[in-house]
Amino acid sequence: MAAVATCGTGAGSTGSMVAAGSKNNVTSFQRRGPRASGSDSSYSRLVSIAGTRPSVRNGQLLVSTGLPALDQLLGGGLAVGTVLLIEEDKYNIYSSLLFKYFLAEGIINGHTLLVASAKEDPADILQELPAPLLDDNVKKDFDEDACNHKTAESNIKMKIAWRYQLLPKMEAGPVSSSRFGHYYDVSKKMPQELIEASKWHGFFFPEKSSSTLNIEPCSLTHGYIKLLQFIQNIIYEEGFDGSNPQVKKQKNILRIGIQNLGSPLWGDDLCCTENGNSRSLTKFLYVLRGLLRTSLSACMITMPTHLIQNKAIISRVTNLSDTVVGLESFIGSERETNPLYKDYHGLIHIRQIPRLNNLIYDVSDVKDLAFKLKRKLFTIERRVE
Amino acid sequence: MFPELNNLLNTTPDRAEQGKLTLLCDANTDGSFLVHHFLSFYLKANCKVCFVALIQSFSHYNIVGQKLGVSLTVARECGQLVFLEGLKSSVDVFFRAQAEPHPLQFLRSVSLQPSPEVHAWEANAENLQPLYEFVREALKPVDDGEAAWRCPVLLVDDLSVLLSLGMGAVAVLDFIHYCRATVCWERKGNIVALVHDSGDTEDEENNILLNGLSHQSHLILRAEGLATGFCRDVHGQLRILWRTPSQPTTQRDWSLTYQYKIQDKSVSFFAKGMSPAVL
Repeated sequence: MAAVATCGTGAGSTGSMVAAGSKNNVTSFQRRGPRASGSDSSYSRLVSIAGTRPSVRNGQLLVSTGLPALDQLLGGGLAVGTVLLIEEDKYNIYSSLLFKYFLAEGIINGHTLLVASAKEDPADILQELPAPLLDDNVKKDFDEDACNHKTAESNIKMKIAWRYQLLPKMEAGPVSSSRFGHYYDVSKKMPQELIEASKWHGFFFPEKSSSTLNIEPCSLTHGYIKLLQFIQNIIYEEGFDGSNPQVKKQKNILRIGIQNLGSPLWGDDLCCTENGNSRSLTKFLYVLRGLLRTSLSACMITMPTHLIQNKAIISRVTNLSDTVVGLESFIGSERETNPLYKDYHGLIHIRQIPRLNNLIYDVSDVKDLAFKLKRKLFTIERRVE
Repeated sequence: MFPELNNLLNTTPDRAEQGKLTLLCDANTDGSFLVHHFLSFYLKANCKVCFVALIQSFSHYNIVGQKLGVSLTVARECGQLVFLEGLKSSVDVFFRAQAEPHPLQFLRSVSLQPSPEVHAWEANAENLQPLYEFVREALKPVDDGEAAWRCPVLLVDDLSVLLSLGMGAVAVLDFIHYCRATVCWERKGNIVALVHDSGDTEDEENNILLNGLSHQSHLILRAEGLATGFCRDVHGQLRILWRTPSQPTTQRDWSLTYQYKIQDKSVSFFAKGMSPAVL
């Protein structure tokens, strides 16, 4: 992976959005140490997983969230084996967009996807993914060779134009992306051939729930039990944790995306009453995190925390997640017409960043962050007064 | 082990006190550096440690421990450290049926298939007795007469997670009470436990747990975020409170407050307002 990154772009190789990131892409081969990482598997031989890179801080394996600006705020990316919790904005517009970025990044990098939703069929979600940005207008400042070379008929492995490595009919070698974190064009859809070439599993709760109407006497909601079993099954069957003797240990990442967790559609009454079943969601998160820590997977969950009546649950959920990001959009609020906020679409709050394998963590100095969605770019910047 | 914190607490690994319950508490910030401190402190003090780690994996503590000068793998192999890894065991308990009782079997109070036999588990669901049995077994004194380790220590990270997993506050308080009777009083050991303080979110169960434990402990270390917000040079404020719960209050409780900054391998403490960045 590093070889592809260095060749061709030369001095412009600091093309990734995080300044230190590409340096690691170049030197990642030398950085292998015998120490165990946060995930229990020793990944010294898993250097070449596409779409991952080691963290600058502690060598933790990171994947991109699909949004390079967010990667930078989270200290380089999302650590493998951890949970990223997105607190949804009020109308679930930008959080579902982040969810789609996460899944699209998985498809581009060739990761296996597991999409769980109680509202939309995962197949429909995948059809709606944004297209990756193929023309490099955004990167023009960094790359010396703009991707205007339309020598598509050449079967020589093009060293610079990574776009050609994306399309299966062009590439001569395995599909691998040379960049960490890509940009997506929201107005276009992901090409069908890329979706079909990817490996994904869908969990659509209305289909999977059995018709038995027995009231569970226990503390975990039916939907959560089913989802946990499904996830555990995939991890075991496909060898992401290496415990299945019949399957070779996977050298790929499993990206799990769970949408609207905690909403009433999952059968949980957390958002409906104040004295609902308060243990169900937290227990689910705990066992999920146990599954993630022992396998090569990363998870993004979006949760409508603004609907949860019992505020104590939110703090418990935050403590049980690794990274927590809150979105607050200005739509419908009085801030929409406030001249202070006219350039932005909403605020983004980084509520928690994990300290993994370390006493300290990468935290940006700026706490006052706002985001703006343009057609080709989702920017997060310091709010300028 | 942070040498500066040892100075503030007036202890060294050679002179560790016995029979004490230490409560670690964090509010609006992450107090896990205190857990790492006590883990490496007691391992260096040559005590037998039973660590119930519910919130992070073994390798996390191991890597940080190496920065602080102890090796958890070596300690575990030679028997000084008994490590219960909550996250990994929870997967085993939850998905695979276990014949023998497991310390975390309260997670199994979930019926994966609806059947009448399930209800037999409900009886065990509401208390932490299996976990207590595990601790008692782990810190059992060695029978060959010679004391290989100084004193037994129970370290729990953290107790608030037990509330999230379905235990009531009273069940957790009972568990600590039983552990205190065995570890602190009977075997003259120590207990260190971390509880999150939820602050102004009204988590009543957590408040019950926190108040109950504060009343019983000899030493309370409370890490708080700064009231004025985030600062790059001062990460928080540590309040140390010495108490004597069982004796009549002839001597008053005594407290100190310091501010701290966490660095890669240590934590530096300074008096309020005296951060090196300011001076």
